[in-house]
Amino acid sequence: MSTNLASYRNVEVMRKDLSRRKVLDQIFVIVGLIVMLACLAILAVLFIDLVRDGSSRFGWDFFTNFASRRPERAGILAAWVGTSLIMLVTAVCAVPVGVAAAIYLEEYAPKNWFTAVIEINVTNLAGVPSIVYGLLALGLFVYQFGLGQSIAAAGFTLALLILPIVIVATRESIRSVPNAIREAAYGLGATRWEVTKDHVLPYSTGGILTGMILGLSRAIGETAPIITIGALSFIAFLPESPIQSHFPFISFKWLNDPFTAMPIQMFNWVSRPDPKFQANAAAAGAILLAMTLLMNGVAIWIRYRFRKKINW
Amino acid sequence: MSEAISTPGISRSALRYRKVRDRIVEALLLAAGLVAVFTTLAIVAILLIESSAFFDHVSLKEFFTDTMWTPLFADAHYGIAPLVAGTLTTTIVALIVAVPLGTTIAIYLSEFAPLQVRETVKPILELLGAVPTVVYGYFALTMVTPVLQWFMPDLPGFNMLSAGLVIGLMIVPYVSSVSEDAMRAVPRYMREGSYAMGATRLQTALRVVVPGAFSGLAAAFILGISRAVGETMVVAIAAGMQPNLTFDPREPAATITAYIVQVSLGDLPHGSIGYQSIFAAGLVLMLITLVFNVIGFSLTRRFREAY
Repeated sequence: MSTNLASYRNVEVMRKDLSRRKVLDQIFVIVGLIVMLACLAILAVLFIDLVRDGSSRFGWDFFTNFASRRPERAGILAAWVGTSLIMLVTAVCAVPVGVAAAIYLEEYAPKNWFTAVIEINVTNLAGVPSIVYGLLALGLFVYQFGLGQSIAAAGFTLALLILPIVIVATRESIRSVPNAIREAAYGLGATRWEVTKDHVLPYSTGGILTGMILGLSRAIGETAPIITIGALSFIAFLPESPIQSHFPFISFKWLNDPFTAMPIQMFNWVSRPDPKFQANAAAAGAILLAMTLLMNGVAIWIRYRFRKKINW
Repeated sequence: MSEAISTPGISRSALRYRKVRDRIVEALLLAAGLVAVFTTLAIVAILLIESSAFFDHVSLKEFFTDTMWTPLFADAHYGIAPLVAGTLTTTIVALIVAVPLGTTIAIYLSEFAPLQVRETVKPILELLGAVPTVVYGYFALTMVTPVLQWFMPDLPGFNMLSAGLVIGLMIVPYVSSVSEDAMRAVPRYMREGSYAMGATRLQTALRVVVPGAFSGLAAAFILGISRAVGETMVVAIAAGMQPNLTFDPREPAATITAYIVQVSLGDLPHGSIGYQSIFAAGLVLMLITLVFNVIGFSLTRRFREAY
């Protein structure tokens, strides 16, 4: 070894090699930065492109008009009302079931094959292509349960679709609650449900909210499964209003109404040859994208706030 | 004895009530957990039942060997090959984009980027995966295809290339985020050993961290493949909906998912052969996803490093 190092030539070779390797290192840093920034830039390009293409259509009319054969008069009224109602059904179904399943898996489930089966199922469901949920809904909800091509069928479908997201997010936040808190509550004689309800859940609220918002932001943009159910793209009426002016003031008839949704409307406009409809598609897309990004932003913010606030 | 320890205000009946309530709650929570199991069973059952009706009309031999897929035409052919070819072609294009980009970003974020950069970039990058797919479809059709046509003037307006490229972009965050987690799980002392031998950060990353995290990387790629195979709206919008037995990405072709969308847009009566054909297509889609997952599972098992 010492003979090697003593040799002047070898030191020269080593130096050269070292500087070459260091240059490669620097080149990779630059390549990595460029690739990363390019991906972020594409996100910006996507949004700017949509806003630019759709800019002629932004206006009050766009939100208050129904779809139309004439592109300059077409709007997204039926679509955004449909999307809002579907999201309502999805949230009401997916959040309680998802949170309950997560609580079961984290706080109650014994370690046995049966629990393993549930866990494997949740993981696998997250990887099932969304259009397969559409086929499930078509066979099961639309025909077997006789729900037809309704808001209820669409809401249930998307609820199943986002269930794994809600479960995984809730489990993570439940798991981060330290055991000392549970043991303290047990020590005072609380039952398992009391421990969960009064101590574990309040600390996990942030994670549960994040999971719920991320799930809904996924559901809001899903197109394929609700096309499979049979969403209509041309609807010139609104579902029955959930709030009525006469007794009993609340109506559930809207659940059975046919519907359209934002992504469906956009898809319909994209697939038309008339370029004027592309402007409508872009405008609808910009609104859809803005809603998705906003929901994701809120989720990130909540996660950040809760992480900062809690010091165990 | 029990008299002595009973606290004022808590009677036995109250205690019993709380215990009963606990049992009821537990049963309800278990029921919620079972929803996931029933969903899986229902998916399998629906696909199998409706497909078996389809295969009453169509022989398996025709399904796998015929080179044309025209179930809705008067001259009906039921060969799944064109749809599978379309799906595989777009998936391969997507992987050619996503694997190098995703891995580079993962290596950069895990081994090179300062903490602050990583914490800021990761959530923004994940937004790429949150963009609605129909928006990506619009992007592929109206932006990527015209740009590609500058370089390839013969490129048709609908083609698998632009759809595949955009899908690749879409799955970059999935690949990069799972790969990065895997690389960060490689213990620090392995890197330090490598540095002590005089390796640079890049050498350490490529020769120590990447091999050490290989099973995680394989999982990330499999996740990306599953996404690409199941992606629907981008191909339905940008790749055209004509079944076409080709592996040339410059041509228009329908994928399995695009075919399901195309049929669903029409008004097929419940129980017709066209209606059943989308379930057969869905079953094939599930089987392809399953095959990739099995491969991924065996890869991760084979190359798992225990630290």
